[in-house]
Amino acid sequence: MTISPQSAQERIRITGGRVIDPANDVDTVTDVCIAAGRVAAIGTAPDGFTADHEIEAVGSIVCPGLVDISARLREPGQEHKATIASESRAAAAGGITTLCCPPDTYPVIDTPAVAELIRLRAEAAGLARVVTLGALTRQLDGEQLSEMAALQRAGCVGVSNGLRPVASTLIQRRALEYAATFDLTVFLYANDDALANNGCAHEGRVATRLGLPGIPEAAETAAVARDLALIEQTGVRAHFCRLTTGRAARMVARAQYDGVPVTADTAVPYLYLSETDIGEFDSQCHLIPPLRTVEDRQLLRDAVQRGSLSAICSDHQPHEPDAKSGPYPATEPGASGLDTLLPLSLRYGEEQGVPLPDLIDRLTRGPANILGLPYGTLSVGASADICIFDPERTWVVDNGTLASNGHNTPFRGWEMQGRVTHTLFEGRVVYSMV
Amino acid sequence: MSASNLQIDSKGRLRHFLSISGLNRQLLTEILDTAESFAGVTAQTVKKVPLLRGKTIVNLFFEASTRTRTTFELAAKRLSADVLNINVTQSSAVKGETLLDTLRNLEAMHIDMFVVRHADSGAAHFIANHAAPHISVINAGDGRHSHPTQAMLDMFTIRRVKGPDFGRLRVAIVGDILHSRVARSQIHALNLLHTGEVRIVAPKTLIPVDAESLGAHVFHDLHAGIRDVDVVIMLRLQRERMQGALLPSEHEYYELFGLTEEKLALASPDVTVMHPGPINRGVEMDSEVADGPRSVILEQVTHGIAVRMAVMSMAMRTTAGTQETEQRKEPLPGKGEAAE
Amino acid sequence: MNAPEDIAAILDDMAGQLAAHVGKHGANAPAMVGIHTGGVWVAEQLHRRLQLDEPLGSLDISFYRDDFTRIGMNPVVQPSELPFTIDDRHIILVDDVLHTGRTIRAALNELFDYGRPASILLAALIERDGRELPIEASVVGRHVSLQPNEHIKLTGPSPLRLEIQQTA
Repeated sequence: MTISPQSAQERIRITGGRVIDPANDVDTVTDVCIAAGRVAAIGTAPDGFTADHEIEAVGSIVCPGLVDISARLREPGQEHKATIASESRAAAAGGITTLCCPPDTYPVIDTPAVAELIRLRAEAAGLARVVTLGALTRQLDGEQLSEMAALQRAGCVGVSNGLRPVASTLIQRRALEYAATFDLTVFLYANDDALANNGCAHEGRVATRLGLPGIPEAAETAAVARDLALIEQTGVRAHFCRLTTGRAARMVARAQYDGVPVTADTAVPYLYLSETDIGEFDSQCHLIPPLRTVEDRQLLRDAVQRGSLSAICSDHQPHEPDAKSGPYPATEPGASGLDTLLPLSLRYGEEQGVPLPDLIDRLTRGPANILGLPYGTLSVGASADICIFDPERTWVVDNGTLASNGHNTPFRGWEMQGRVTHTLFEGRVVYSMV
Repeated sequence: MSASNLQIDSKGRLRHFLSISGLNRQLLTEILDTAESFAGVTAQTVKKVPLLRGKTIVNLFFEASTRTRTTFELAAKRLSADVLNINVTQSSAVKGETLLDTLRNLEAMHIDMFVVRHADSGAAHFIANHAAPHISVINAGDGRHSHPTQAMLDMFTIRRVKGPDFGRLRVAIVGDILHSRVARSQIHALNLLHTGEVRIVAPKTLIPVDAESLGAHVFHDLHAGIRDVDVVIMLRLQRERMQGALLPSEHEYYELFGLTEEKLALASPDVTVMHPGPINRGVEMDSEVADGPRSVILEQVTHGIAVRMAVMSMAMRTTAGTQETEQRKEPLPGKGEAAE
Repeated sequence: MNAPEDIAAILDDMAGQLAAHVGKHGANAPAMVGIHTGGVWVAEQLHRRLQLDEPLGSLDISFYRDDFTRIGMNPVVQPSELPFTIDDRHIILVDDVLHTGRTIRAALNELFDYGRPASILLAALIERDGRELPIEASVVGRHVSLQPNEHIKLTGPSPLRLEIQQTA
C-alpha cells in the first residue's frame, strides 16, 4: 500500500471503470476526471484537460468513497486499542473516505476542544475525513445538556448520547428540543437501559441455553416507540443507530411513511450473524446491541433493501486482544469492521438481490444524507472522494489482511469477494494496492 | 472449540468436565458407574485410594462457596491428590490481574487440574480453551450456565433410588430456573438419560425465555406441575430475587411454590424429594418434607463426593499419560490379561 | 503345554503346606485375604480346607494398579472387605496366578493402607515365569512354563478350571 505524495492540484483521470453514482443516477462504463481535488467531469474530459496521472480501472467499479456513519477511532483516550492515524489508514484501505466518530471518547466530545483535537489529528493523518458527533449531555451522563451550539460550531455534524441512558423522558425531550433549535440531527441509540439490565446477548434461546443475561427485544422497541413519540412532539430530525430487530425496523418504516423526519441504519454484523453464532461463548460475537434472531436478520436485510434503513455502517470498534480474552460476559463488546464493510455489503447485496447501485447508495449517499454532508457523490464539483474496487478479487480475513489495529472480527477466516484497488480522498490517492 | 470437542478427547474419553451439553449418554453412564465404585470406597474404614497421588488439584474459586469447595477438596484428598485452594475474590483479581495471567502463574507451579467456580457464564470453557494441554478443567459452576457435577450427583441419586430406567420417570424441577445453572445442567442430564418427562415449575418471572427449547415442559402452577411426578427437585430461592421485582415476597412464593406434605400428596405415592442445598426452610419446603422419609437431601451430599471423585479421576486419567511422576511404573501389557 | 487339571489336588497340596505355617503362630493365627477375582475363589477353597476361624478377607486392587491411566477406570469395582484389623496380624495373601508381581505389589500397598501387619505370606495357585518385581510366593500350587504368546487363566467359581490361552 503506497500513499503518493501528490499535490492536490494534480489532475487525474480514471479510465474504463464501471462508474456507479447513485446520487446522480449514473451506472455506466466511463471515465472520471479529477482536478483541484474535485470531480471535474464524468465521461468526456473537459476542454484542455490533460491528466498528470491515469488510473486504469477496466473491470473495476468506480464509486464515491464510502461514508461510514459509525467508526470508533479510540482517540482520544484509548490509544492502546487504535488511533486516528491507524484507523484512517485502515479506512483508506477499505475505500472509506468519510468516517463519523461517536462521542464516547475519553474525554467525551462534549467540548469544542475535543472535537477540534480529533479533526486536527485526522487532518494530520490526511487519509480520510473524520467528522464527529457531539455529546447530547455533559459527560454523556444523561442529566445536563451539553453546549450543543458550541459543538456545532466546532464541526460536530450531530449530537448523540451514545449507548448511555438519559436520566428521564423529560430530559430526553428537552435535549431533543434544544438540538432542534440548531437544526442538529440527534443520533439515537435505541436502547432502554433498564430493560437491557446489563445483558450481554439477545434474550432468546441461545442466552437461555448458555445462561447469559439477556437483552430483550423490548429494550430496542420500547426505546424506539418512546423516541418516535418524542421526535413527533419536538420536531427534531433524528436518526436511529444500529437497529437490530425486525420489529423496530418496521416501526421506523411506518413512521417514515407517516412523514416523521427519521432515518435509521444497521451495521454489517447484524446483516450476517445471529445469536446462534455465539456458539460456545465466542466473544467475537459479543456485540452491543446484541446479535438477534435469524428472523430479525432477514427483516433487517429486507429493510435495507427497501431503503427504510438507508445506511449500512461498520460500527467499527477496534479492540486490543485482551479485551476479547476472557469469559464472554467479561469481554468488551464490539467488532472491528472497517476492513470488511465493503465486501460484506457487496455479498449481502448479491444474496439479497439488491441492485448494485442501490447497495452503493446505502454506503455512500444514504449515510451522507443522514449526516447532512455533501459527500457520497460524484457530482461535478464535489470533493473527489473516490473508491475503486475489483468486484471479483477474493481474499481471506486474517491478521495479515486486516489493516485496522483491531483484529477482533467475527468474520475471521471468511472469504471476502471485492477488494479496493485505489482510494482517492480530496483528489489525492491515499491508498493503492500493490 | 465446541463443547463436545473440548470435553472429550479423540478416543471418546473425558478430558474436561465443563457442561452436560456436549456429552453423550454413554459417557454420563460411565461417570455414574465409576461413581458407584467410589461410593463403596468412601464407606470403608480406609477412605483413600492412591489413584491421584502426586497430582496437584487447584480449587480456583472466583465465587465464594464453602460447601462446593469442601466437597471437591474432600474428593481430591480421598484420591490422594494434593489440593490447593485459591480464593480469587481476595487476591490477584482484585489487584487487576487478568484471568489468563492468574492461570499462567498457577500453571507455572506445575499443577494438573483446575476446579473452577466463576460468576461469569462461559468461564470454565474459557479456562479450558486456554489452559496448558496437560491440564484438565472441572466446572464447579459458571454463572447461570452450568453446574455439571451437581447434575451428575443428582442423576446418581435418582438412579440409586429409582433404578436405571429413567424412561419411566417424571421429574419436576421447581424454583428459580432463570438464574439456575443447576437446573440447566439437570435438564440436559435428564434428557440425555432419556427421562420420560422433564418439567420445570416457577412463576413467569423466574422462567427463562424459550424455556421449552431446553427440553422441558413449563408449568406455572405447582399443583399441576408435580402431579404424578416421581421426583421433585426443589431449587434454592435467593433473597435478592425480591429486590429485582422478580417476586413480591418469600411468603407468597412459599404459598404458591413451597413444598408441603399436603402438596406432595399430589405426586406419585413413592415420590422422591431432592434439593441441591442449602435449603431455605419455610420457603422452598417445610422442615417436615426436608427431614421426611421421602427426602434424600443428605444422601445427595454423600453422593457428591463419589461423583466428584469419579469425574476427577476420569478427566485426570486422560491427560496423565503426558506426565511421568516418580510413582509411575511400567504399564501392564494390556487389558486382556488376568490378574498377574 | 496343557493346563493342570486336578485343581483339587493342587489345593490340597497348598493347604498342606500352609497348615504348618498356620499352626506355628498359636493364638495369633493368620487371617486369609484373597485378591479379586480368581484369588478369592482360591482363598475360599483354602479357607475351608484349613478351617480358619477368622472370616475370609477380599481385596479389589483396581484403585491401586499402576496402570490405571492406560487401561482406564474399571467401573465394576468391588469394595475390599477386610473384616478384621490388620495391625499386628499375620496375613496369608492368596492369588490365582503370580506372573509379573504387580498385582501383589498393589495388594501389599492396599493392605498397608489399612494397617501394619506382623507378616504377610504369599500363596499362589499357579506361578509362572516373567517376574518384573522382586516378589516370590512362599507357597506355590504348581509352577508352569509358558510360551511367550501364552497366557494362563483361572475360571470359576464352580467348577474351578485352568485354561491356557493364546494371546493375539
